[in-house]
Amino acid sequence: MTQQETFFAVLAALTVLLAAATALGTWLAGRTSDAVKLAWIGQMNMRIRAAWAIVLLFGIAFTVGGGALLMFFAVASFFALREFIALTPIRSSDHAALVLAFYVVIPVQYLLIAADWYAMYAVFIPVYVFLVLPVVMALRQDTEHYLVRIAKVQWGLMICVYCVSHAPAIVTLELPGFEGRGALLLLYFLLVVQMSDLLAVIASAAIGRTPLKSNPNKSREGVFAGGAAAVLLGTALFWMTPFAWWQAALMSLAIVVAGFMGGLVLTSVERSLGAKVWTDDGVLLTRGTLQRLDALTFAAPVFFHLALYFFAP
Amino acid sequence: MNLPIKFLPPLVWLVRVLVGAYPRWIGSVPSANQRIYFANHSSHMDTLVLWAALPHSLRANTRPVAARDYWGAGGIRQQIAQEELNVVMIDRAREDPDADPLDPLHEALTLGFSLIFFPEGTRQPQRLPGPFKSGLYRLAKAFPQVELIPVYLENLHRAMPKGTLLPVPIICTVSFGASLVLADGEEKDVFLERARTAVVALAGLDTVAA
Repeated sequence: MTQQETFFAVLAALTVLLAAATALGTWLAGRTSDAVKLAWIGQMNMRIRAAWAIVLLFGIAFTVGGGALLMFFAVASFFALREFIALTPIRSSDHAALVLAFYVVIPVQYLLIAADWYAMYAVFIPVYVFLVLPVVMALRQDTEHYLVRIAKVQWGLMICVYCVSHAPAIVTLELPGFEGRGALLLLYFLLVVQMSDLLAVIASAAIGRTPLKSNPNKSREGVFAGGAAAVLLGTALFWMTPFAWWQAALMSLAIVVAGFMGGLVLTSVERSLGAKVWTDDGVLLTRGTLQRLDALTFAAPVFFHLALYFFAP
Repeated sequence: MNLPIKFLPPLVWLVRVLVGAYPRWIGSVPSANQRIYFANHSSHMDTLVLWAALPHSLRANTRPVAARDYWGAGGIRQQIAQEELNVVMIDRAREDPDADPLDPLHEALTLGFSLIFFPEGTRQPQRLPGPFKSGLYRLAKAFPQVELIPVYLENLHRAMPKGTLLPVPIICTVSFGASLVLADGEEKDVFLERARTAVVALAGLDTVAA
């Protein structure tokens, strides 16, 4: 199958599946008025909506071209960083550094990916921004909590920009036998990440016994079961990828584990800053962006580098 | 000189992208009743942010109160203020010592408009509002049937501190509180302090740590 045909087939299948899931979710929500059940149905519906967004996004990118994918993730980085800045106590003396972070670092990182300049975008934030922004902040001569402030800005940029940008970077991978089909690989990656999250919630509601401290919607057993199911799904979808089935299994495992770690770390960060975790208001992108992207932030660079290291010539 | 283009819709869109301007109605709901929305004032963006947070249907009848010395200075600012936002100009500088600066507000209220008002009188770039000037008390006394809604604008003092050109994107929620009523015979200072406390209370509710 050509990339076009594969894409079409996958998107069509997803649309059918999601339509069924949405119908089921709406029906379930209408049938019960038990608050606890409604809460987890709401969580499930929220994730189904997110999956619709992915399908829609790929549909658009499919027709318009790869630049749309990059734009979408750049916008997601922007909103994620905006949310991160709202969470962290920063001072007015950090203003210049933050202006640079939003208006310079984000566009530069994504332009580097658009230009496929791997050697640069892999180190731009961890090296150059890491070195330059503390200098910008030091020049203001405000040293109160200086180390904490530079650490926060760097961390925010790493998570919200560097890590998130590695998702659309997957599209640029030229793997043998799979040239020019990077978008399909990105779709595979997003499916496994999203499914891992959705299945963990469903499994937790169905069989869960010990709720996680970090996320009351998931239980230890549910996460395990959901993760296993996602790995199975990733293995079954190996035909979408340049991997053999057992390689796809291992890659999916890496995605699921990294995704779980991302969720754990980001929830810990949000709690340590005293923020109430943003409630689901049904607004997909602009609120709770960090929460939506938490699994992706850790999984994207890991998947990208594993694919590059093991599969690129 | 008026440019034949509307700046307001793209400005509102830009404000939303930069700071969100997410409305939270706590203790009151959007309604067509005549109201004075009084808010803390910490940056130049406050008027636009509160405006963006109001439902579209209420905006035609709600006029922000704007300082003439800043918004009436001519150019694009004046065009946005007078023609698009339909502000009520208040003369802070008291160019005419005989006139009551609140007269334009009285006129707007008599005509049935709702107002957006900043009782501190000037920008206080800090998290919590400073002391309120007497304007709110006098308006409440003269128009007892108008609902007084406290509003808290979060984080804007951090988005654009004094002396900066570009705003740093940050999330700003606009919290609308329960309406205040001026009690019979209530003293000015007591009322103003009560109004200020109502805004401060909104600052503490369910928002992220400052």
